[in-house]
Amino acid sequence: MKSMILLGLLLVCPSARADEMIVHIDNFTFTPAQIEVHPGATVRWDNRDDIPHTVTDAAAEKSFHSAALDTGDSFAFTFTAPGIYRYFCALHPHMQGTVIVK
Amino acid sequence: MAQSDGVDARRGFLKCMVWAGTGVVWTMSGGVPTSRLIGSAQAAEPSGDLTFMQISDSHIGFSAVPNTDVAGTLGEAIAKVKSLRGTAAMLIHTGDVSQLSKPAQFDTAEGIIQGAGMETHYVPGEHDVLDEDGKGFFARFTKGGPQGYYSFDQQGVHFIGLNNVQNLKAGGLGNLGAEQLAWLEKDLAGRPASQPIVVFAHIPLWTVYQEWGWGTADGEQALSYLKRFGSVTVLNGHIHQIMQKVEGSVAFHTALSTAFPQPAPGSAASPGPVKDVPAGRLHALLGVTKVTETRGSAALAITDTRLEG
Repeated sequence: MKSMILLGLLLVCPSARADEMIVHIDNFTFTPAQIEVHPGATVRWDNRDDIPHTVTDAAAEKSFHSAALDTGDSFAFTFTAPGIYRYFCALHPHMQGTVIVK
Repeated sequence: MAQSDGVDARRGFLKCMVWAGTGVVWTMSGGVPTSRLIGSAQAAEPSGDLTFMQISDSHIGFSAVPNTDVAGTLGEAIAKVKSLRGTAAMLIHTGDVSQLSKPAQFDTAEGIIQGAGMETHYVPGEHDVLDEDGKGFFARFTKGGPQGYYSFDQQGVHFIGLNNVQNLKAGGLGNLGAEQLAWLEKDLAGRPASQPIVVFAHIPLWTVYQEWGWGTADGEQALSYLKRFGSVTVLNGHIHQIMQKVEGSVAFHTALSTAFPQPAPGSAASPGPVKDVPAGRLHALLGVTKVTETRGSAALAITDTRLEG
């Protein structure tokens, strides 16, 4: 629920908040491919590619899974629990990234 | 070799089959009479040549460089299909009908493709199953296969449409999954090895380029079920360019897109659309495919025709 509220705010105010990290999607690549955040931080993925992509938790029990993000779409998720979160694009599974929460 | 020799004799006999080039040819060595020993109704009563057409990757909804009118180029592809079809009664679409699985995109694509006036068989691309696990696509385009895979016979040729675009794993390739593989094995069991098989699926069943995910993780398993058949043709899309390979009795072929070209494996930083298409050259990089299976001659012809040039 929290991430949905944040997403709503982002539509109004697209500039990054202090506790928000942005990952860009360009050219079938998550950049930066690995980021470190503190618990409670929000990560936002901006798809700037001309092909749709997803942001999908690679774990069997998925804690986050975006819809298909078209060009210009964003997805945000707030990481509350420490851990290493590997994710990928469910459409192009060779695209992978990692969020380290500690 | 008499019929009473039973199963072992039949197996020995099948080993004598010669498969030539990319053709669907039932040539037996040693002058052994053919069809009745195999016991195949299809072989005993060949019903003549079969020709069908293939289109792929129409990506209705895509609107960026190098093609802001993918509905227009799909329309041109369908016009090409109509002009080239000859006796072909059937059309297959190897997926990525839409860009974002939107009902309106499916509507547009279906409307244009129906303009060909041909029976059309679809398999899903990863762009077609973005919502509700693909239910929207399956309900509309693969009515005989609620999971996006199915088979049928046409003039003695066995066609198998596969779905290798769902439940993809991080870092992985296309995926068929255990359930579909079990279905495939069962579907092929008991079929005579002389029956020509055409498999069509979106992502190439063989590994074209692992770094870009251009292959199917469990494709080898599927191909192992097909090894005993004398003629197998595998038709794919996904990579928006023509690639061909012959391995044993299996001929692999990928089709052009009707929407935009993609780079040759490893020739660009990513597999995204080729953007620097010279003015007026886009139509030379899009096209349609015609497949003719000619029995009794060496020529199964797979012919790719570009929209222009």
